[in-house]
Amino acid sequence: MAEQTAKRPVSVPVMADLAARGESPEILFWVGCAGAFDDRYKRVTRAFVRILDHVGVNYAVLGKEESCTGDPAKRAGNEFLFQMQAMTNIATLDGYGIKKVVTACPHCFNTIKNEYPALGGEYEVIHHSTFLQQLINEGKVKAEGGESFKGRRITFHDSCYLGRANDIYEAPRAVLEVLDADLVEMKRCKTNGLCCGAGGAQMWKDAEPGNKEVNIERTEEALATLDGTDAVLNNLRGVESNAPATPASAKAAGGSVIAVACPFCMTMMADGVKNKEREQDVQVFDLAELIASAEGLNA
Amino acid sequence: MHFSIQNIIFLLVALAGFGLFAWQASRIRANVLVGRDRDMSGHVNERLWKTLLVAFGQQKMFKRLTPAFLHLIVYVGFIVINIEVIEIMVDGLFGTHRFLQFTGPFYSALTGTNEILGALVIVAVVAFWWRRNGNVVKRFTGPEMRAWPKMDANIILYVEVVLMAALFLMNTADLKAYQLQGLDLPGAYPISQFLTGLLPDSVPTLHALERVGWWAHIVGILLFLNYLPSSKHFHIIMAFPNVYFSRLIPQGQFSNVESITHEVKAMMDPSYAVPAPATNPDGSAVAPAPFGAKDVDDLAWTNLLNAYSCTECGRCTSVCPANITGKLLSPRKIIMDTRDRMEEKYNAPLLFSPALYGAEAKHDPQEQLDKENHTLLRGYVTPEELWACTTCNACVEACPVNINPLDSIIEMRRFLVLEESAAPNALNAMFSNIENNGAPWAFSPSDRFNWADDLFVAEKGTLEVKS
Repeated sequence: MAEQTAKRPVSVPVMADLAARGESPEILFWVGCAGAFDDRYKRVTRAFVRILDHVGVNYAVLGKEESCTGDPAKRAGNEFLFQMQAMTNIATLDGYGIKKVVTACPHCFNTIKNEYPALGGEYEVIHHSTFLQQLINEGKVKAEGGESFKGRRITFHDSCYLGRANDIYEAPRAVLEVLDADLVEMKRCKTNGLCCGAGGAQMWKDAEPGNKEVNIERTEEALATLDGTDAVLNNLRGVESNAPATPASAKAAGGSVIAVACPFCMTMMADGVKNKEREQDVQVFDLAELIASAEGLNA
Repeated sequence: MHFSIQNIIFLLVALAGFGLFAWQASRIRANVLVGRDRDMSGHVNERLWKTLLVAFGQQKMFKRLTPAFLHLIVYVGFIVINIEVIEIMVDGLFGTHRFLQFTGPFYSALTGTNEILGALVIVAVVAFWWRRNGNVVKRFTGPEMRAWPKMDANIILYVEVVLMAALFLMNTADLKAYQLQGLDLPGAYPISQFLTGLLPDSVPTLHALERVGWWAHIVGILLFLNYLPSSKHFHIIMAFPNVYFSRLIPQGQFSNVESITHEVKAMMDPSYAVPAPATNPDGSAVAPAPFGAKDVDDLAWTNLLNAYSCTECGRCTSVCPANITGKLLSPRKIIMDTRDRMEEKYNAPLLFSPALYGAEAKHDPQEQLDKENHTLLRGYVTPEELWACTTCNACVEACPVNINPLDSIIEMRRFLVLEESAAPNALNAMFSNIENNGAPWAFSPSDRFNWADDLFVAEKGTLEVKS
């Protein structure tokens, strides 16, 4: 319970300091640009670090030595810039003898895991959804002692670069299972999941002319799934829906949650919820935030 | 055995049919091979297993059940009924009649199965026709579904009905002629036995009708075979090599451009020795290939194989987030454009020269394009289409024959960015940010670790309050 806990400062171990002391961490936490700079996703980074700290994982971050993986450049066709970034990062990682990397960003995950090997960077790369699943399986995280999600409705939005790109569908769902919430699946989920609209460097540009934003299409699907309004679901296909401004059925205290596992999905879904004026009863959270919150680690 | 002039005619017709097809196939092979090299060798067992599941087993079709069952009927019908083509070939060449009848019970099973499948194929084809022409399935429409693709799709359905009708005419006439003579026709005819009343009672006429059905069936098959290379129906052959040669790596992994790797390594390490460029037979250096793809010959041969394997079903486009929300991008159009451009620039198909339907096939402003820009990129595919892609892999996942439109899209984006510096301004700003700040946003690298400031964790299980 909140009133029974004390808070303790967390000093995040930086790789350069560890190396200076001749130490090497078990795993490197790759924060990613969104995790480092985006105000909303910084909260995810902090939540994940709280979990790492709480569990006692021997980890470190690169801190200011980290640089963009090059993912957006590669998806946009700028292979030259991508390879410059990749080789610089590989030099940094190899300089510290890094063997294992965990990251909360599916784009960083995909790039380091699948595209760095061709340029000489071979690491064991793990996404935080899989990492959290392992902590749960090992009994190190129980999702007890903090906020209760019991009975609250949660739907998980698949990230393309986690799902179709790397076939990770079950880990994030296994993490959500531990919350004992009312998990509901969107019609377009897993291999059929609909993109949030931000991939392929779309995050940094306006969409081409069309009749709808992709994130609105996806948010309408998520909201209709959480609300249980099938009529809306059946009409979704790029058509502006008449989704009710208020949910069809009253929700349990605390409201419903759209769970994400990617910084770009976070931005797009949160913007969508705001656009639909549903911020008062629907929140967008990353898996790490939900777990840190349920474990009572927030301070 | 009644060897006659018919057998000689049949031999000539069959030779002409198969010969023409072999010639057409060699021209298509040449088209595919204009593409760039990409090593797809090795992993034979893994590739065979995938071909068995996805191509033979129709695994990915079963994401949508109604078309999956209809398609399965036509697919199984195609394979099983073609066993009878072996018999037709032998009968045609040697003047035998129903040569396989010596197999006894097996022959009854074969002919019986064929009749039931033949009837089911007609039912499935009618359903297909209605789905396509009754405005039932949205994905059969779209700007790229112009006059020829629409006509092609219907021609295929009509031909399938004609082929099945010929089969039933042959069987019914044969069966009735035998019955009138008080004989038993070997084999089982669960459908034709109900159709005998439709035919006249004259044995010579029935013999003639049996010949009409027989010839219509085999000549129809040979004509259809030679129609395939001009048609989307070519997928019945190309799906198999296309699935076999499809990627085994994770869908998120984009190809590495090796020539750039050499350049970047040389920049980072001045002692790095860049491999000497390949040389022509006369000793001169081969001109470096452009980065990315402007035209079909800049794409990999697998991308071109994709184009010949596409049956224009539109599953890719129907799940594309850009297309769903009204953008110009349609993955199916990228693939269809690739085939049209190949057929325009290199070997054209036999029946439908791109010149005949090409003007309509190209993108509107093509008249204004000079010769240099009359290429796949810009002549057919516009930058607006390419920039709408979210690289989400939904199209790749949806394709029943493992076509990868995303691969071609990225190659063309590479050409726009690396050869023409023609990225949208917002993306150029993002590139500058990465170069200058090590992040796609305009934040100072010195602020990268600020997220860790004032970070606390709740300490559980203690009542002692620390400061």
